[in-house]
Amino acid sequence: MAELSTWESLPIAGAVRPSGAPRTKTGGWRTGEKPAVDVSLCVNCLLCWLYCPDSAVTLSGETFTGFDLEYCKGCGICADVCPVAAIEMVPE
Amino acid sequence: MTDVRLLTGGEAVAHAMRQIDPDVVPVYPITPQTPIIQTFAKLIADGEASTEIVNVESEHSAMSAAIGAALAGGRTMTATSSQGLALMAEVVYIAASMRAPIVMALGNRALSGPINIHCDHSDSMLIRDSGVVQLFAESAQDAYDLTVMAPRIAEDARVLLPVLVCLDGFTITHSAEPVSLLPDDEVARFVGPYRLRNAVLDTTRPTTQGPFAMPDYYFELRRQQAAALEAALDVLEEVAAEFELLSRRRVGALEAYRLEDATRAIVALGSTAGTVKDVVDELRDEHEAAGLLRLVSFRPFPSAAIAAALEGCASVAVLDRADSPGGTPPLHAELAAALYGSDLELAGHVYGLGGRELHPPDVREIFRGAAAPYVGLRGERCPV
Amino acid sequence: MDGMTEIRWHARAGQGAKTAAQILALALLRTGKGVQAFPEYGPERRGAPLRAYTRVADRPIRRHDSVTDPDVVVVLEPSLVHEAGVAEGLAPDGYVVFNGDEAPPELDEVVVRCVPAQRLASKLGSGFVNMVMLGAVAAELGEPPLADLQDAAVETLGRKVAADDVRRALSEGYAWLN
Repeated sequence: MAELSTWESLPIAGAVRPSGAPRTKTGGWRTGEKPAVDVSLCVNCLLCWLYCPDSAVTLSGETFTGFDLEYCKGCGICADVCPVAAIEMVPE
Repeated sequence: MTDVRLLTGGEAVAHAMRQIDPDVVPVYPITPQTPIIQTFAKLIADGEASTEIVNVESEHSAMSAAIGAALAGGRTMTATSSQGLALMAEVVYIAASMRAPIVMALGNRALSGPINIHCDHSDSMLIRDSGVVQLFAESAQDAYDLTVMAPRIAEDARVLLPVLVCLDGFTITHSAEPVSLLPDDEVARFVGPYRLRNAVLDTTRPTTQGPFAMPDYYFELRRQQAAALEAALDVLEEVAAEFELLSRRRVGALEAYRLEDATRAIVALGSTAGTVKDVVDELRDEHEAAGLLRLVSFRPFPSAAIAAALEGCASVAVLDRADSPGGTPPLHAELAAALYGSDLELAGHVYGLGGRELHPPDVREIFRGAAAPYVGLRGERCPV
Repeated sequence: MDGMTEIRWHARAGQGAKTAAQILALALLRTGKGVQAFPEYGPERRGAPLRAYTRVADRPIRRHDSVTDPDVVVVLEPSLVHEAGVAEGLAPDGYVVFNGDEAPPELDEVVVRCVPAQRLASKLGSGFVNMVMLGAVAAELGEPPLADLQDAAVETLGRKVAADDVRRALSEGYAWLN
């Protein structure tokens, strides 16, 4: 565990900059299921990208490419919002 | 060339705001604050200031919008009174913790209930521990001077906290008195441009403001805030010294009035100090060694300076314009702590709740040690 | 004018007592006096009895309590003698400036200076009863000079009213008690 800062060394009001934030990989939080996609069905509406609470849907430019499983917590929202049922939650 | 005008305290604050010309003023009307914003809005309509007034639906929203504006990089001011401050209180704490240097005029008014529109300091005391600076004006001139000084204190890198300029409702907000205004360009130079050193909302340098803090950091961030408020005492004196060069008027953390050789002293906040000064002069003419300690800065509380100023007094009477039911009134409690270990006699009096008058004969009674704990309350007699 | 002079104005809300109290203070401020002017805020509705105050002294005024024993009482609205206790607390050597041709019996015990301000204002056709009374008060006080009072009034009332009417109303009242 990293050493905690004293009050004098903290940024004012505890403001957080991206560079100073620990990048905790939260993919380990998944408990058994991960999203799987059938790209042939995908219409690139990007609803999954919009709804994902962990920014774990990856794009290339504006095109859906898949999931970043280092951050995906397996909540299943993407599968739920997909209008063409291209995403399915599958066992790890 | 001095520009002396006959202005109410509310108008005086509005003119200070015109000269400061803040970027944003989110505000909701409430008596007796209304004349401040009414006058200021008229000055904007007349083209004398370029501020964007944001009409919000409550004081809670006013302070919320003020935090956003201040941290987005705009100099921000607002104003309120009494119930408005009570509704705003939740967000006042957040403004302090997010270190938003908002300047707010507070037309001091009794808290309900019973509902009342007149002056006391219960509204200020409600947010005593919110972490904001609270400065009390004695007169319309003082209200103007403190408002001009306030952005410099709020925005100082050592402080970065909301500053409240407190002026007694009606007694100051609505009473017309001579007020000497500084030239517009001198005020503009004095307050300078708004530049925040702490992170502001900036898309090229993204930050998270007001983050969640768990037990591992909450305490540290509260301590950081306390240190900022402590630092405000030095900053206030520095700004007061600089302001004095401009105005030849000095409003620091406290004013010692004829205290040098005083044996009896009164400690008071706000407009009452003027009435006490008149009585001190009368008593001095009668060869009574009376004096006044007028406290300008209630937060931060200048304990050491107070103890030094009152050294040599045999007895001190503290006037609280707010009560603390079931406990010791706020100013009295602070004085008792500041003077702990000293052998002077300390008496506390509550007075003036809900606009009850304090006349010079009442002040004489207090100096004589013959006043009841609640001064001016019907049926009260001094216990001794 | 030695020490401090305290003036209490009685009127109904909307009759311009607060404004008159402020104009007097402004004119006296310009002559180098310490001044203060403030209304008493009760249930302030048009027509409700209202009190306003002017304090003037040779030095800056610091006290911030209300006026309890005025040196001068100005009654802008004659009907208030029945309900407002207009002579209450009047200083022993004080006097009342009363809007009317003669003093009402309610004021038998005190010195009264009558100014038929209503009549004078109607004669002028402008309806500035408060300005006629203000002129009379200045004449009785011996200050400020009429011209200073006129300037202060025109400045305070602004462009909403005809400056000449204001000046005439003030000088009419001033002449009555001068």
